Amino acid sequence: MRLFSAVRDWLDERFGWAELIAPLRKKTVPHHSRSYWYYLGGMTLFLFFVQVVSGILLLLYYRPSSDQAFESVQYIMTQVRFGWLIRSIHSWGANLMVFMAFSHMFSVVFLKAYRKPRELTWLSGMLLLFVVLGFGFSGYLLPWNTRAFFATQVGTDIPGQIPIVGKWIETFLRGGENVTGATLGRFFGFHVAVLPGLVTLLLALHLLLIQRFGISVPPELERQWNAQPALRREIHFFPNFLLRELMAWYVALGVLGGLAAFAPWELGTKADPFAPAPAGIRPEWFFMFMFQSLKVIPAKILFISGELVGILGFGIAALVWTLLPFFDRDGRGRAQRWITGAGVFAVAYILVMTVYGYMAK
Amino acid sequence: MGPLQSREFSPSRLAARLGILAVCLAASGAQAWAQAKNACLDCHATLDPPLQITAESFAQDIHTQKGLTCGSCHGGDPATDDMERAMGRAAGFRGKIERAQIPALCSHCHSDAAYMRQFNPTLRTDQYSQYLTSVHGKRLATGDSKVAVCTDCHSVHGIRPASDSLSSVHPLNVAKTCGRCHADPEHMKGYGIPIDQFASYSSSVHHEALVERGDLSAPTCTTCHGNHGAAPPGVASVENVCSTCHAFQAQLFDGSPHKVAFTAMGLPGCVTCHSNHAILHPTDAMVGTSAGAVCVRCHSQGDTGFHVAAQMHDQLNQLQSAIASSDEVLDTAESSGMEISQSQMEQAEARDALTHARVTLHGFQLAPMEKDIQAGKVVAAKTLSAGQKALAERDYRRKGLALSLVTILVVLIGLRLYLSQLEKSVGSTKTS
Amino acid sequence: MHKEMSEQSSGRVSRRGLVEFLLGGGLLASFISFVYPVWRYLIPPATPELNSNTTVAGRVGELKRNSGKIFRFGNRPGLLVLTANGEYRAMTAVCTHLNCTVQYRSDLQLIWCACHNGLYDLNGRNVSGPPPRPLDAFEVHVRGDEIVVSRRNGA
Repeated sequence: MRLFSAVRDWLDERFGWAELIAPLRKKTVPHHSRSYWYYLGGMTLFLFFVQVVSGILLLLYYRPSSDQAFESVQYIMTQVRFGWLIRSIHSWGANLMVFMAFSHMFSVVFLKAYRKPRELTWLSGMLLLFVVLGFGFSGYLLPWNTRAFFATQVGTDIPGQIPIVGKWIETFLRGGENVTGATLGRFFGFHVAVLPGLVTLLLALHLLLIQRFGISVPPELERQWNAQPALRREIHFFPNFLLRELMAWYVALGVLGGLAAFAPWELGTKADPFAPAPAGIRPEWFFMFMFQSLKVIPAKILFISGELVGILGFGIAALVWTLLPFFDRDGRGRAQRWITGAGVFAVAYILVMTVYGYMAK
Repeated sequence: MGPLQSREFSPSRLAARLGILAVCLAASGAQAWAQAKNACLDCHATLDPPLQITAESFAQDIHTQKGLTCGSCHGGDPATDDMERAMGRAAGFRGKIERAQIPALCSHCHSDAAYMRQFNPTLRTDQYSQYLTSVHGKRLATGDSKVAVCTDCHSVHGIRPASDSLSSVHPLNVAKTCGRCHADPEHMKGYGIPIDQFASYSSSVHHEALVERGDLSAPTCTTCHGNHGAAPPGVASVENVCSTCHAFQAQLFDGSPHKVAFTAMGLPGCVTCHSNHAILHPTDAMVGTSAGAVCVRCHSQGDTGFHVAAQMHDQLNQLQSAIASSDEVLDTAESSGMEISQSQMEQAEARDALTHARVTLHGFQLAPMEKDIQAGKVVAAKTLSAGQKALAERDYRRKGLALSLVTILVVLIGLRLYLSQLEKSVGSTKTS
Repeated sequence: MHKEMSEQSSGRVSRRGLVEFLLGGGLLASFISFVYPVWRYLIPPATPELNSNTTVAGRVGELKRNSGKIFRFGNRPGLLVLTANGEYRAMTAVCTHLNCTVQYRSDLQLIWCACHNGLYDLNGRNVSGPPPRPLDAFEVHVRGDEIVVSRRNGA
């Protein structure tokens, strides 16, 4: 304790440390029946840091070329001390992070936190979600095993269906006509350089905006609290909320460790570009609902190919979803109910189609 | 003039080019003319079978390619269109060659070493003398014309060299060619020999090696029976035939008690247990005292052989199961993410020992086989313990995890208590 | 009252001390349980490369002339031979017949498979017995005092 205060005083004399963190000390978080949802954002952020750390560690041994990638992951799993732990944490952490990101987004929808003045926060958040999906998609290929290879083939094939720009997008993603070592190199570049750069910018913006506007409260509650200020309850961010978040983060670490020890992420078999696709190839679970939707759409709708209708449909849905705040200006009335309904429908649709995708042949 | 500048029209150059063109045309025309006129083919190509000879099959024939004509074998004059003159006695026309005459006709050239040297110096010239020693040749001499003659195996007007994969005598096709007669009940009526050879051979491991694995060194009919001097090896010599490839087993067999016993009983070596044509994948079940084993065909309860057979079966099973259980542990370790590639490599040695034991048992004595089995068991035991060590390491990891979970739990409890303490004393809630 | 308060406050202090101890100790212990694996991870393992394309098969001087040794190449055995002429040859030691491990016979100066008497020459070509195909040959380079064996590029 004496050491802490000595360091603090040293920093304060030089940087005005106390003055810098003063606003943070004043920061509060609303406390109400649904405030547990507030943990999701921080959890996503924490899992991102876990991914960065474990990813950097993996980077020390991983080799991004088609004839060495699989072997280097095998090396990490079997020769490097605790390599199995780092790798499984990274793979499981990725999945947990995507799940948290989606949950965080839906919680914002249902708590109506996207309303004015937080439109830009929502926008940066949606962009962050897309970047996270990009991380998941690009990272999945890196072990260069059969499952990932064919999932990438299917996954890059789908945007290829978009008229006019589709082929160009497909070639850009694949680094050529087919999925090859060139694709691996490209995805590696996206995964460790391009996307981290993007995420840093977006995350900085996102956090800055959250700092600026404070934590939002659901509309009815806000009205209530404005009418009767005495009812308002908030807790300090430092140290109370943060310590609670720390508890949640520790639980997450425990879960990750348990998954690594009892359900280690599989290595699979090395990808062979010349072998025929095995039966039942499918993308990662967070793309499954889209994949399955495309499968059930009939081959032709009127004069347009069914798959194209599906892709355009999802594209439009994503666009509308990103622009959600502009449909609901004041958080009351019909627009709001429509959005809640749409949110419920989206969650249900994703759940049903994901389960369906796994149960169907 | 520079190379990129366009050149003026030059009549002398044009003339030179036209001249070259003319010479080429003339040469090809001359060649066509030089190819001997074959009136036989021109007419017989239009006929129906059996008189039909198609131009394609004729062009594929090795004899045609070497410059021989219809007249080389049939006599007659292929140059004239006049049927009377072409197929006349005066031109030496022999018509359809009688079956009994065919071998002698073919050997007229094929046994003449000096003549054959002009075409292919490496071709053998003893086919006819071999044929005369064969069952086919001997029977032909007694007047039986149903037996095979040269053209039955080699075909007659579209003969391809044996190295050509479309040839009826290419190793891949030999069995089918022999089977044309030997598997035909109508044809083989009266000879008193079985007709199941082709069917049996098709189920054999040699057939699989030849046709499915493409191993051209695998035996087909002619490998064991000879091709031109085709005859089944006698009971005493079957083992010699097999031993040309299966040298180890033959050597061991010669030193075994079975050699003396089989010779005394007039039983052929190798074939007695493995069959002659239907040679299937040998299995460990063949050795032993159960109903399907070959040993109990002669040995019965109480005699030494029975006892040895039972022990041999036992030994093989023991090593087999030792390897299997070690494999199981290694697989479990591998799927848990443990590194066991060194052990998997060493396991190959154990499998080698099992293979070796399956060869050694052909000496039909327990001691040498037991040595191999023992060596294998030692390796299997080593890999088993390595696998178990790997599993122990996996459990150690899980214990390590449990430990870290405990520390996490302690932190969680500590945080909970700290927070409740903080909020009780300081009053953390704030009204705006 | 003063005594009660001081008793109460000392009770609270010791409880507070326990909580702080628990929290501090737990944080430290959990921190160690996170940092220890990462620390071990950062230390390079014994085998620097899991390279199934190149490996060190032996050292110069290890083999006498006209002798061979088995070395590990990836997950399969390989055979390194120092010929009577002083040349190094390397090839896979997995027999192409039924996968037994072959060995070098100094009396025959050929490679021999003990299982079914297969023989290969020093180029790996199958010359006698059941093996249907030659042994895949590897490239050998002497680097300092290490004998480096690598897979052939291309065909």
